[in-house]
Amino acid sequence: MKNLFCTAVAAGALALTMAGPAGAAAPESDEPIKLTLHDWSGQYITTTIMGNVLKSMGYNVEYVQADYLAQFAGIETGDLTAAMELWDTTAAEALAASVATGNTIDLGETGMQAKEEWWYPIYMKEQCPGLPDWQALNDCAELFATPETGSKGRYLGGPVTWGGWDDERVEALDMDFEVVHAGTDAALFAELESAYQRQAPFLGWVYAPHWAPAKYEGEWVEFPPYSAECYNDPSVGLNPDMAYDCGKPSGLVRKAGWAGGEAVWPCAYEAIRAFTIDNATMGQLVAEVDLEGKSVDEVVDAWMDANEATWQSWTTCGG
Amino acid sequence: MTAASLEVARPRRRPLGAAPYWLGAAILAALSVSFSDRLPEWMVEYPRAWRIPIEPSISAAMKWLINDATFGLFTFQQFTRSIAWCFNWLLEAAYGVLAEGFTFGKGEDALHIPHVSWIALIIVLVMFARRVGDRGLMLFVGFCFAYLAVFGQWASAMVTLASIVISVPFGVAAGLLVGIAAYRKPWVERAVTPVLDLMQTVPVFAYLVPILFLFGFGPVAAMIATMIYAAPPMVRLTVLALRGVPEEIKEYGRMAGCSQRQHMWKVMVPAAKSGLLVGLNQVVMLSLNMVIIASMIGAGGLGFDVLHALRRLAIGEGLEAGIAITLLAIALDRLSQAAANRPPPAHGSVRAGSWFVRNRLALAALALMVFSMAAGTVVPVITDYPASMTVTTGKFWDHVVQWLNINLYDTITIVKTWLLVNIMLPVKGFMVALPWPVLLGILAFAGWRLGGWRLALLPLALGAFILVTGNWEKAMITIYLCGLSVVIAALIGIPLGIWAAVEPRRRRATLAVIDTLQTLPSFVYLIPVIMLFGVGDFSAMIAVVAYALAPAVRYSIHGLRQVPEHLVEAGRAQGCSRGQMLWKVRLPLALPEIMLGINQTIMMALSMLVITALVGTRDLGQEVFTALAKADTGKGIVAGLCVAFIAITADRLIQAWSRRRKAQLGIA
Repeated sequence: MKNLFCTAVAAGALALTMAGPAGAAAPESDEPIKLTLHDWSGQYITTTIMGNVLKSMGYNVEYVQADYLAQFAGIETGDLTAAMELWDTTAAEALAASVATGNTIDLGETGMQAKEEWWYPIYMKEQCPGLPDWQALNDCAELFATPETGSKGRYLGGPVTWGGWDDERVEALDMDFEVVHAGTDAALFAELESAYQRQAPFLGWVYAPHWAPAKYEGEWVEFPPYSAECYNDPSVGLNPDMAYDCGKPSGLVRKAGWAGGEAVWPCAYEAIRAFTIDNATMGQLVAEVDLEGKSVDEVVDAWMDANEATWQSWTTCGG
Repeated sequence: MTAASLEVARPRRRPLGAAPYWLGAAILAALSVSFSDRLPEWMVEYPRAWRIPIEPSISAAMKWLINDATFGLFTFQQFTRSIAWCFNWLLEAAYGVLAEGFTFGKGEDALHIPHVSWIALIIVLVMFARRVGDRGLMLFVGFCFAYLAVFGQWASAMVTLASIVISVPFGVAAGLLVGIAAYRKPWVERAVTPVLDLMQTVPVFAYLVPILFLFGFGPVAAMIATMIYAAPPMVRLTVLALRGVPEEIKEYGRMAGCSQRQHMWKVMVPAAKSGLLVGLNQVVMLSLNMVIIASMIGAGGLGFDVLHALRRLAIGEGLEAGIAITLLAIALDRLSQAAANRPPPAHGSVRAGSWFVRNRLALAALALMVFSMAAGTVVPVITDYPASMTVTTGKFWDHVVQWLNINLYDTITIVKTWLLVNIMLPVKGFMVALPWPVLLGILAFAGWRLGGWRLALLPLALGAFILVTGNWEKAMITIYLCGLSVVIAALIGIPLGIWAAVEPRRRRATLAVIDTLQTLPSFVYLIPVIMLFGVGDFSAMIAVVAYALAPAVRYSIHGLRQVPEHLVEAGRAQGCSRGQMLWKVRLPLALPEIMLGINQTIMMALSMLVITALVGTRDLGQEVFTALAKADTGKGIVAGLCVAFIAITADRLIQAWSRRRKAQLGIA
């Protein structure tokens, strides 16, 4: 019954927007725009910025906590309106599948670049002087050994769902490492924190923008540079018989939303498309929240006061 | 009858019983593993070519259910959405009152009426506690809610409380009604039992995606998932409690000429109250246990705070939010128990005065809350506890973990490595290497011995499902991890239950610890555990044991306490020593209940698989988790069913064993 009701409301809103001029001053619909919140601060910040901007345009905004990957189910049905941070490195597949249903649309890039690679704390350099070169790393593989991995070094990969082709990389480059998957990134960084406190060897999957590279001093391992051919074509790269004999690609961070919402809140969608922020700004905001202990609202308000011209330019709505 | 049963319970020489079979099975298993390289390949590893692709058809069926299924006038999805709409309405009302207030209008010039004041709510709850319980309860409730305010957890706690206030009564009512139906009609029980097993053991992540599609994204879907998970113990305990009503009481009800309905609601249900209250306790505890997972799909509240804090490795903050969940759970549990346990008012006093006079306290409470909402518009402090006055011990806990990590890591690692190398890895290797026909054969034989050919077919059928879907190896890793954990949990839990059952003070202390372990989100201690023990099976095992311990202890206490007093008396009259009383009288008589506890321990251990997946195991839990991440409904449900089938096999075999044992002891 709710569906009939909702359809009626949406249809009514649609009729209104079609009839009246699409002015920026009056929002097209009172229906709340539902933005998804996940459990990492960066996403919390981008979403809050977007929410505040939409509110300043007169929209009703609701925040809904949703699992990063399970949220697509909600976006497809219109239960959720938009997601502000979808990393190509982790959500590309799910996003593509969701867009293929026709109910989700890609709302463009956020301007942030995701970087992910094998990472070690800086103190490892003393014990393994050739770093960050991957061959030098391979020579000190035994430094990173644990009881479970025997004489091989342990590389702590992300959750299996992150993909990343690390098992293939180890094989293709013939490295003396074993890939152990942490089930969540919380588990991954718990191990990093533990090792860092003890100044013990650690090698794992770290990505940016994230608070970890800001909190812990360390470096990314340098593999042969990534290219699409290296991933697709076995003959390219160091190992003539295998693909993945190079480093990881960096990826974009995208926004996406419910396809049906375009008709309900056209100006809002335009503003969401216009939203951009760069890595450095983001890294700094995240560090203020996670490392300095400020609240998200505090940090977002300060940024919005200082950068009014930037976000005002997103709200012009066609002129 | 009493003397006879004691006589049987004390055989002069133990008959050999099932021992030769156990030994035979063990030797067969050991031989088959050590000579596995001489066995044909297909026996050791189920061939890929023999798999049957079930997953795509389940995905397709789900798609049909969501998109095309229709009752004619409206579609299935519209049907579930309207249910969701009703729940959402209730939930919104609860959120409005407790957490968010009510907003009329939109944008920046909307009219806002704040939520109920924290001061008013504490006063009302403390007064309520005083009315239904003693001074201790009053102080405890006051302490719990004061903690929420002082530690800055109030706002989130109220969001969580709102969803619990709506979902628990529904869960309890549904559980009670189904339980009564199952008690009355054996065919209902036969039909319901496997469904209950599935509800409790199929990991929540497996059916999360379909639920999201059917009920929409947000708190309602989370609430429905919570109810699915939390209601089964209520059904089970209702049946058990009604069965436990003494024959004399039933007889009396019949003599008094009760109608069937009167007999159930005026005689049976009140008489079964203590068992039903255990059910209520379990629903509250399990609902709060789901808080973390519920927050992943939009429930918000304390669960979200825990997740968010731990993603930043703010262990102390996560712990504070986790303790808030625990305190909320225990306070709610104690309040509801006290309210249900209240002696009925003396006859005659019931009708005194008008409706207003009789309910004056409730009305005063209501007035206070409404007044606080109005007053909050003028004085914000009344609505929200001032943020500047909150305290946190977050940093302290971070330092504790850091200290442990730096100073004790090496010692811990030695212990861990020893256990890993000498116990865990060998068991794991054994389970994985065990040829599947051997294991299925042993299970089928055990089933046949314990319960005839039907019980022999069950493990074969369920095992076949695991085989043909290609999940055998993951299932073996699951059995290894859960099996070890259950053994450890039982070894700790049963003695603890025996120790605690004797004396009320011990019992209270133990139950408090157990409740804490069961409701403190495992995520809270999982992160420090990972820091100290590393990613892997060992950390997973600790989490499973901590969580699955609760039913082993609880049911042991309950079982020992409900041993009929006259049998204990009879034992004393025969001159039993304390040890004899325990081993020959109390324990055997409590055995059915304790076994139910072990049964629940297995269920709990399996339901923790999803959490163990978060620390990177390679079992069925990981399969379910991966399926969720890829929104692969079919794969998730198939893996979830495999988990459930392991549970059901264990459950049926244990139940059959327990029945046989009871028959042997003459206490059936």
